Amino acid sequence: MLIKNPEDIKSSEITDKDLYYNRRMFLRGAVLAGGAVATGYIYRFFTSHDEQSQAGEKIADVQTTPQTAVPAINEKPTSYEDFTHYNNFYEFSTDKLEVAGKANKFVTRPWTVAVEGLVQKPQVFDIDDLVKISPPEERIYRHRCVERWSMIVPWVGFPLSKLLDQVQPLSQAKYVAFETLADPKQMPNIRSDVLDWPYVEGLRLDEALHPLTILATGAYGESLPPQNGAPLKLVVPWKYGFKGLKSIVRIKLVEQQPPTTWNIAGPDEYGFYSNVNPNRDHPRWSQKVERRIGEFGVRDTLMFNGYGDQVAQLYAGMDLIKNF
Amino acid sequence: MRDTRFAQFAIFVNSAVPLTLLTWDWYHHHLGANPTEFATRTTGVLALLFLILSLAVTPLRKALGLPWMIKFRRLLGLYGFFYGCVHLLTYVWFDKFFGFAAIGEDIVKRPYITIGMASLVMMVPLALTSTQKSIKRLGGKRWNLLHRLAYVAAIGGVIHYYMLVKADTREPILFGVAVAVLLVYRLINKFAPRFTQRTPSRAQR
Repeated sequence: MLIKNPEDIKSSEITDKDLYYNRRMFLRGAVLAGGAVATGYIYRFFTSHDEQSQAGEKIADVQTTPQTAVPAINEKPTSYEDFTHYNNFYEFSTDKLEVAGKANKFVTRPWTVAVEGLVQKPQVFDIDDLVKISPPEERIYRHRCVERWSMIVPWVGFPLSKLLDQVQPLSQAKYVAFETLADPKQMPNIRSDVLDWPYVEGLRLDEALHPLTILATGAYGESLPPQNGAPLKLVVPWKYGFKGLKSIVRIKLVEQQPPTTWNIAGPDEYGFYSNVNPNRDHPRWSQKVERRIGEFGVRDTLMFNGYGDQVAQLYAGMDLIKNF
Repeated sequence: MRDTRFAQFAIFVNSAVPLTLLTWDWYHHHLGANPTEFATRTTGVLALLFLILSLAVTPLRKALGLPWMIKFRRLLGLYGFFYGCVHLLTYVWFDKFFGFAAIGEDIVKRPYITIGMASLVMMVPLALTSTQKSIKRLGGKRWNLLHRLAYVAAIGGVIHYYMLVKADTREPILFGVAVAVLLVYRLINKFAPRFTQRTPSRAQR
């Protein structure tokens, strides 16, 4: 290495002190700015999501006055944007903000739903025939997630009882078991083992036949986008949201209480009934209050999600803390 | 020793970027349907991340032979504590609205909150004694012993995260692995230092 003696360096070669400091300041500024931008990109990479969503199709002739008495809710429905971009659908992703983008390409036609088990007339319905069983009704329901958030959703669908009428349950049938599609080609998170797939749920037969229990084919006047459970989703408004499974492919009438996915995953946290109950805490959090999506504060959770007058008699004499 | 003031300043600025963007997104309603949940989750992950980064400084500087990196440890640790405090604040303010009865109930009845709270409380004495002066006052040995609490806080933070998720434990497990690797390094460093030093230390010769 060549090291010059100070005497060898001509004074003209020495960088001017101001220039030296200016250059250094400039470089440091550039390093700071570049670093901050890079950090910002890393942050964005880990926190942002593909927000594309399949557009729904308008459903014709939706009856806005339902055939059954549904308690009126004098609240504005949750925004469509929040309804379609804050979803629990673990087959696609466990991140609620990510489901819409991951489900964007989900194909829901052709689609069949098998209705079988203890019935007189087992049948495999094509979804386009199934939706014609009963005229579409708008049902504005509270939706309470077990995670302590809630929405107001104007579902479009028809009572589950109308479908069960078609297949005629036998007298031995005591429960209804439901199953969601489990297609690893279309549902990227199926390959993980976060839950046992396919996702299964169940209702007691009298719960399934209750007029508030519906099969939703749409919401907000349009067909459901995939992240919300297209083409067919169960809606049981007095129960926690996870009971209302999505993208249903099988409905089976059975004699014994069927297994349910979240109950298998956490038996002390998620019971078979999972009725909304502010007096029965989730072991890890209180269920007394909830955050309505779109609101800043929290509000009190209502027993049976506010549907006590309609459904409490289903559980007369039952200990709902034990049978959670 | 090399002048690290600029590097420290750069780390200081970069560490503030996530909070700046989080605040910006919150102000512009870009945090999704449930901003409170998003902010609580993000600040919690950041607290754990910075705590782990601060614990990674010593192994890194030894492995790379860059002793001056020690200057970053305090800054990263303090940022971990800072994000932990913001995390707590989002819970106390936006989730519980300063309902101290409900918070007390949570601390007593929910183990994951008990553990999370304990981990943050543990970091208070560490933040308070993070100055050069404190090292001198306590003496290096005692100071080092006290600051091993950072490992306990990190383990507590991982357990807190693991217990909170419903079914998808992949992310908390990833953080757990990071803490475990750092702990194993410490143990090797203690019992078989020749594997962790890049050049044998002079004192041993």
